Amino acid sequence: MLRYTVRRLGQLVIVVAVLSILLFAWLRSLPGGPVSALLGNRATPESRAALIQQLGLDQPLYVQYWKFLQRAVSGNFGVSTGVQPGTPALEVFLQRMPATLELSALALLLAVAAGIPLGYFAARRRGSWLDNVSITWSLVGVAVPVFFLAFLLKYVFALELGALPVSGRHEAGINATEVTGFYILDGLLTREWDAAWDAFLHLILPAIALSTIPFSVIFRITRAAVLDVTEEDYVRTAHSKGLTERVIRARHILRNALLPVVTIIGLQTGALLSGAVLTEQVFNLPGLGQALSLGFQRQDFAVLQVVIIASAMVYVLVNLIVDLAYAAIDPRLRTR
Amino acid sequence: MALLEVRDLSVSFARKGEPTVTAVDGISFDVQPGRTVGLVGESGCGKSVTSLAIMGLLPRRGTEVSGSVLFEGTDLLGLSQRDIEQRRGRDLGMVFQDPLSSLNPVVPIGLQVAEVIERHRGVPRRAAMSQARELLDRVGIPDPDRRLKEYSHQLSGGMRQRALIAMALACRPRLLIADEPTTALDVTIQAQILDLLTTLVADTGTALIMITHDLGVVAGMCDEVNVLYAGRVVERAERHELFAAPRHPYTAGLMASVPRLDSSGEQRLSPISGSVADNIPWEQGCAFCPRCSNALQLCGQATPEVEHTGDGRLLRCHNPVGEATPISVEGP
Repeated sequence: MLRYTVRRLGQLVIVVAVLSILLFAWLRSLPGGPVSALLGNRATPESRAALIQQLGLDQPLYVQYWKFLQRAVSGNFGVSTGVQPGTPALEVFLQRMPATLELSALALLLAVAAGIPLGYFAARRRGSWLDNVSITWSLVGVAVPVFFLAFLLKYVFALELGALPVSGRHEAGINATEVTGFYILDGLLTREWDAAWDAFLHLILPAIALSTIPFSVIFRITRAAVLDVTEEDYVRTAHSKGLTERVIRARHILRNALLPVVTIIGLQTGALLSGAVLTEQVFNLPGLGQALSLGFQRQDFAVLQVVIIASAMVYVLVNLIVDLAYAAIDPRLRTR
Repeated sequence: MALLEVRDLSVSFARKGEPTVTAVDGISFDVQPGRTVGLVGESGCGKSVTSLAIMGLLPRRGTEVSGSVLFEGTDLLGLSQRDIEQRRGRDLGMVFQDPLSSLNPVVPIGLQVAEVIERHRGVPRRAAMSQARELLDRVGIPDPDRRLKEYSHQLSGGMRQRALIAMALACRPRLLIADEPTTALDVTIQAQILDLLTTLVADTGTALIMITHDLGVVAGMCDEVNVLYAGRVVERAERHELFAAPRHPYTAGLMASVPRLDSSGEQRLSPISGSVADNIPWEQGCAFCPRCSNALQLCGQATPEVEHTGDGRLLRCHNPVGEATPISVEGP
């Protein structure tokens, strides 16, 4: 198990190395470039040349990459030129990460907490109204674009009904002390209950919007897996032993049915970031998604590099965790 | 009194848009305490469905079960879900055909044995586990302490079936149903498993219903044999009598299609022609008629009734083997 984990972490290094090269070259081949973004179209050739030299963009690509690597090793990932000009890219990343993590974690929690039980009960009562309603809803969930759903939720619940906040992470004027950057956690840590509650209210609509696709996928996979496993011979054996329904469901059906669900949760976690770009945009949340879209608009190489490489690392790590969880549930994978 | 009295058991499956299929068509038989009774027949003759019906393990949806299954006088078919659950594993145990798929791949073997004991004996986990250990030892699984913690994929096919037998016998049921317990195993392992079953049922006084298509298994362990064809019993006899003189042409056909050591090399096997797909419905005559080498004109017209032939045997045939045939129909 340990060897396996180490090998997978080795793979992580390779993924990051290859990705950083591709990303580096790709960003610099985009039309426009940071200089136009920074100086606009009416800049004099002299000031353009000065900035190009200052940013090192006049040097060959491999030299730029080598310098990037040298600095990166010592924790210097360059300075933001567009998202928050003048701030180190790493700092931009660290400032914005909590908002995205908080949003993604809540969305994933919602998707799992609703998807697995609903999928399970829909399968147990196949053909019932609960089953039919859930299937229809999950179909709508995967079919409706995230940004449309986000706008719809915002329009109905925030603007029309006024039940929930429209945008941002906190209400203006709320007294909140920042400790970790995770606002709900900060509120709880500092016992500023109203701040924690306010941060939570701000996250509800974005989290629902972001959770819809993973919820639908998790729901469908759970339902299908439970239906499959219920037909298995070992479930019949369990019945032949006179075990109670409760034990059969928990020990014999659910554990086996969770295997494919765990895999899909891993894949969906990776997809959350792309959903976060749209959701953060609609609800004006200062997170990594917003940094990505701003970064592309303003061609902020440094910030884009940090955010994209970090996301790739998260993706690989999440899938490593999924594989370890898989082995924890399924003994057949442990003894190989 | 018989331990189990199956009376007029019928099972039919109804599917939307398809004609209802009758898998078991009025089967009756008894199992006396401690006896081993064979249910023999080809695939599709209704032997597995009969066993599942006795256990109450048929899917409820689209299944019609009629008749009665009296276990010590109680009709199992009339029991509530709760009551039949309490009897399964305690009074009735079952061993299935494919040991690999019949074991849960993610639950340790020990727990799969212990959970039956836990459920029916009401003992705590630790005590159930130590009983499970003894059981594994008794069914001949070496190093039971290690095996308790292992999973089905770590066991050999024979050991898996031994573990399943341990589960089925954990609470000393009075009736064990073994549904083709050796079909999925190697020949050498088959003999070991059959030996084990024979020893265990003899030691514990458990009655056994042995479901098989293998006449060798029947010859080796059954006291009494029911030959099933198309959902009905066509012949019943004590083992020795059946093998000495099969009366039903189907039984005779089954025996002729098994190679024998004491036959000369010249003698060819004579398989039963056709397949179960050639059957005619029982209502129109004898279902076996289209495949029968002994068929009369009558066989395709009138349903043969069950007859007691005196010596405790039952027979459902217009023209049994070993009798002077009045109007024999020559083959082409």
